[in-house]
Amino acid sequence: MNERIKKPKRLGVSYAKWGYLFILPFFITYIVCTLTPQIMTIYNSFFENYRRGLSQVGPNFVGLENYVKLFTPDKTGSIDILKYFGNTMILWVLGAVPQIVVALLLAVFFTSYRLNLKGQQFFKTVIYMPNLIMASAFSMLFFTLFNIAGPVNQILKASGMIQESIDFLSLKVPVRLLISLMNFLMWFGNTTILLMAGIQGIDQNMFEAAEIDGANSLQVFFRVTLPLLSPILVYTVITAMIGGLQMFDVPQILTNGKGTPDRASMTMVMYLNNYLGGSKNYGMAGAVSVVLFVISSVLSLFVYNSLSRQYKDAPRKRDRV
Amino acid sequence: MKNRENTKGRVQLILARTVAYIILIFLAVVCLFSFYMLIINSTRSNAQLQAGFTVVPRENFFVNLRNAWTDASINIPRGMLNSFFIAACSAVLTTYFSALTAYGIHAYRFKMRKFAFYFIMAVMMIPPQVSAVGFIQLVNKFHLTDNYLPLILPSIAAPVVFFYMKQYLESVLPMEMVEAARVDGSGEFRTFNTIVLPIMKPALAVQMIFSFVSSWNNYFIPALILNKPEMKTVPIMIAQLRAADYSKFDMGKVYMFILLAILPVMVVYIILSKSIIKGVTAGSVKG
Repeated sequence: MNERIKKPKRLGVSYAKWGYLFILPFFITYIVCTLTPQIMTIYNSFFENYRRGLSQVGPNFVGLENYVKLFTPDKTGSIDILKYFGNTMILWVLGAVPQIVVALLLAVFFTSYRLNLKGQQFFKTVIYMPNLIMASAFSMLFFTLFNIAGPVNQILKASGMIQESIDFLSLKVPVRLLISLMNFLMWFGNTTILLMAGIQGIDQNMFEAAEIDGANSLQVFFRVTLPLLSPILVYTVITAMIGGLQMFDVPQILTNGKGTPDRASMTMVMYLNNYLGGSKNYGMAGAVSVVLFVISSVLSLFVYNSLSRQYKDAPRKRDRV
Repeated sequence: MKNRENTKGRVQLILARTVAYIILIFLAVVCLFSFYMLIINSTRSNAQLQAGFTVVPRENFFVNLRNAWTDASINIPRGMLNSFFIAACSAVLTTYFSALTAYGIHAYRFKMRKFAFYFIMAVMMIPPQVSAVGFIQLVNKFHLTDNYLPLILPSIAAPVVFFYMKQYLESVLPMEMVEAARVDGSGEFRTFNTIVLPIMKPALAVQMIFSFVSSWNNYFIPALILNKPEMKTVPIMIAQLRAADYSKFDMGKVYMFILLAILPVMVVYIILSKSIIKGVTAGSVKG
């Protein structure tokens, strides 16, 4: 590698300027559309800046007041942002745990040459499909299906399982379970396919050696597959967590933006959206964004590490100019 | 002895296979059931829907379609056109500029090369919502509300797509070809457009689909930027449908709206599912 870099440039022509030119559009766009807004968001979090009725308050510099307000308990003694962070995590865990377990199981099924399952393409097509469906439409569909007058109640009543219709959407546990179920359905197919690729990347000799040594399938899974899969598993869990932190469309549509019942399904981004859309309270919205930014940055660090490790380890097959 | 063990093994295998199929079929049913109900219900009239669920479709599909298509408050054909326009522009910009950026970093040696690469990787996982406050302020400042530019232009800088393209280039692009083009007197930009892009066709197609779908489904930022009824996209209309007084609605029409919102993506997916599923893994971490 190093030798090649030291080699004199061919014909004395430097192509470096083309490199800069080619990456320029990306960086200009990134700076204008993401980096500047990011800095403005952080800047805003130190200002009082909102609409009250028809009048505009601020922007006035208030230091850390927005953050203090964010973490000050209300009359009932609960701190909104912690409540919403808790909600987000509960909704995420309820969906992500079955998601990872089921995805691991299916990935093992699909890659097992002993099982040699037929119709794999069909099953993969079906389980991946919800991932591409518009989340808001999917949520609207669940709303109509589980509504008090909806077909789920009709079926349950017709089959004699219940006497009176149940208003699922006014009850805390069913609402949380429905949101998690939707998230599970939308993401387990995707996770399955990622983990499958991970298992296929493991050296086949490992499995053969374990089998020759008399290991049964459970032992192979826990002693060979799982340990060798753990880097990609960690990557999958952390990217899923970053995704879970952004949970918005599904609970927003299902509860019409209210996080009902009793704000039990209000997520962090819904909270942010309320400040942004409704009261145009850019100060508080900025503070919520910074909290979200800090959490996702910490999580991103793990992803960054695993990606750059992979990049450094990867054998360089081709020479570059 | 040996024989008995063989039989035992075979019974175990058949058992395991049966369990695997049962689990797979169960999950497939769970995945498809809500869509099945959606399709059935979109063929039934409001009265039929109130009467209870049936497993067979009825004859009201085209009536519902006409009612939904010509609805006065939710202009779904306009919404689909708007969504399509934004998604198509975003998909083209994302794939082209991600490929260009990836090629720039892949093929040239320059001082900032490493920094640029690791910078993009570092910001890759930062959620777009955390810069929304500043973004909305910028949009307001430049009077770009009810304009599609702030929804389309940011797709030029898509770190995840860049990473995918970079991985792809690393595995397929022989630099000898680029050098041969240089010897033939082809300019760098022309080489990229006429030689590199065609080689990247599979990656471009997959990413084009993924970015189209994610733009088509996008709700958070468009809902904050688009206010005029004729500018709204499909997800905003779905939210409008949810916020409307529910009991007054013709339910057949509601199911039809939902079906129309997801149908284009579903059709494309059913046609291209094989290559889409293959594309999921190609750009990700390999353990």
